[in-house]
Amino acid sequence: MISSQAPILIPMTFLFAAMLIPLVGAVNRAAAHLTAVLGSALALYFSVIGMQTTLAQGRISYHIAGWMPPIGIEFVMDPLSAFICALLCGVTFIVMVFGKRSVEYEIPQKEIAFYSLSMLLLGGLAGMVMTGDLFNLYVYLEIAALAGYALVAIGDKRAVVSAFRYLVMGTVGATFYLLGVALIFISTGTLNMADIAQLMPMVQDSPAVIVGLVLIVLGTALKMALFPMHAWLPDAYTHASTTATALIAPIGTKVSAYVLFRVLFFVVDPDHLRTELLNLLQIIGYLGAAGIIWGSIMAICQSELKRMLAYSSVAQVGYIAVGISLASPLGFIGAILHALNHAVMKCCLFFISGNMRLRLGHSMIPQMTNGLRKSMPWTSAAFTLAAISMIGLPPTAGFFGKWYLALGAIEQSHWIFLSALLISTILNVAYFFRVMERMYLKPQEPEGVDYSEQTIVRNEAPASMLVPTLFLALSLLVLGFANAWIVTNLIVPMIPGWL
Amino acid sequence: MLEFIQGYYAYIFLATAFTIGLYGMMVKQNLMKKVLGMSIVAATTIMFWIVGAYKEGAGVTVLDPRFGVEDPGMYLNPLPHTLMLTAIVVAVVTLGVALALLIGIYREYKTLDEPTLLERMK
Repeated sequence: MISSQAPILIPMTFLFAAMLIPLVGAVNRAAAHLTAVLGSALALYFSVIGMQTTLAQGRISYHIAGWMPPIGIEFVMDPLSAFICALLCGVTFIVMVFGKRSVEYEIPQKEIAFYSLSMLLLGGLAGMVMTGDLFNLYVYLEIAALAGYALVAIGDKRAVVSAFRYLVMGTVGATFYLLGVALIFISTGTLNMADIAQLMPMVQDSPAVIVGLVLIVLGTALKMALFPMHAWLPDAYTHASTTATALIAPIGTKVSAYVLFRVLFFVVDPDHLRTELLNLLQIIGYLGAAGIIWGSIMAICQSELKRMLAYSSVAQVGYIAVGISLASPLGFIGAILHALNHAVMKCCLFFISGNMRLRLGHSMIPQMTNGLRKSMPWTSAAFTLAAISMIGLPPTAGFFGKWYLALGAIEQSHWIFLSALLISTILNVAYFFRVMERMYLKPQEPEGVDYSEQTIVRNEAPASMLVPTLFLALSLLVLGFANAWIVTNLIVPMIPGWL
Repeated sequence: MLEFIQGYYAYIFLATAFTIGLYGMMVKQNLMKKVLGMSIVAATTIMFWIVGAYKEGAGVTVLDPRFGVEDPGMYLNPLPHTLMLTAIVVAVVTLGVALALLIGIYREYKTLDEPTLLERMK
């Protein structure tokens, strides 16, 4: 019963929670947080059930109001969308548990708006993942985007300006996407993705379809902050509140990357992708490789932890773009695995910056001292683990995504991509070890304060924030050890047959 | 050339308007003008869908005795027009959020001029 309706239940749970929270919050402010946690737990439950059914029985297709596709709107849960959906529901649940203290501290008096908007954002993202209809995808994309602008705007003093910039870039992206859909609709006369995939071989040589695809890719690339269209990302991530960043950064760009996967691998005709459109794929790959290097270099230059992590996100999106551009099973596995790992690592790192803001009042790297390892031992340990995973040392999860990408690059002799991967690893070492050095090694004595003499008070973050952080940090090890299982059981079934 | 312009004048107009809107968003330094450019871009996209679905002399999608059932070219596809109702709502909402953010920026920094704003943010 639930399993056949899982595709529609997940976005609807989030949207329903988004409407319920202001009502509940009007009665009791504390209940708003509880509703958000329960809503995301319910959605996680549905997505796990949906994923089990999808893996056992194949794709679930839900027809809204009983109208059959291609006339009606179809919601689809195939292995790829089920996996991404379970990922985003899981991350949301942990962020919501983490959020209580952090939201109270950073954005007081705005909790109800915050929880309601974050549920709306997730409703939009889950809808984007589930829908099997190009126009419906646009509507969900705008729901998620509008909620995202508002979430970014609820932040520090400068957040409004970065939210405005995000809005301008996001609207350009969405408009490009809509124009591309228009051109494809004019050529094929349908909006259903499966239907377009069938009709594609007949119309793919017309200029309208090619321009349409380019516009869709351009719009999606703007949304996923592919270099050089990433200008909105660092400001938006830095000035938003920690919880909002921890929510938007791991999954917002991943869902846009999912749209790119969906369009390029499931809607476009594979033979076409192998010949002429391959140039488009290569452009995505080179932009991704440039983004990897550029994002890492910019991350080294930052003095604020959150801003450094934001630039590192630009680099990590580049890895996924490289995986898409390889268009081979290994590249596909690498990109999906990296999307999963990066979501967990980045979420954990943003949690840590939130813990530091709560206890230290800032997250400036130059002001960190080696007192941190005594005052916040668990947070520092979690940072170390997540940083090692970002760098990509085995057996942490981050290694395996990069490993598959590197294998894919070697298989196709893409030496530029391989060197970008290797150089970025060294750059990652540079900017993460810089922070770890301040945490653990050098006794710092800035402005004449003698920290070695001072008795350092143990001042760890509260349990509601520390437990999710440690849980994510440990799950990086678990994901690392379980990567073979994940690849065989979850990722291999979602590779389209023609790859 | 003249035939091309006659056949595609609507698209040529839309492409020009789209470029003007994009130029406004990217180059203009006043934030209000950026929002105006954004509005032009959104309106152009909506009109593009509507122009794409237009057919000379065709009627609504109900069986019309004058046209009969032989020629489907005499009937319009109502879907793009209907979809654009949703897109118009989305465009209006985006405009609303953009204006709300502008009010927030103006309250905080007392300016909407981008160079001045960057100066005051330091």
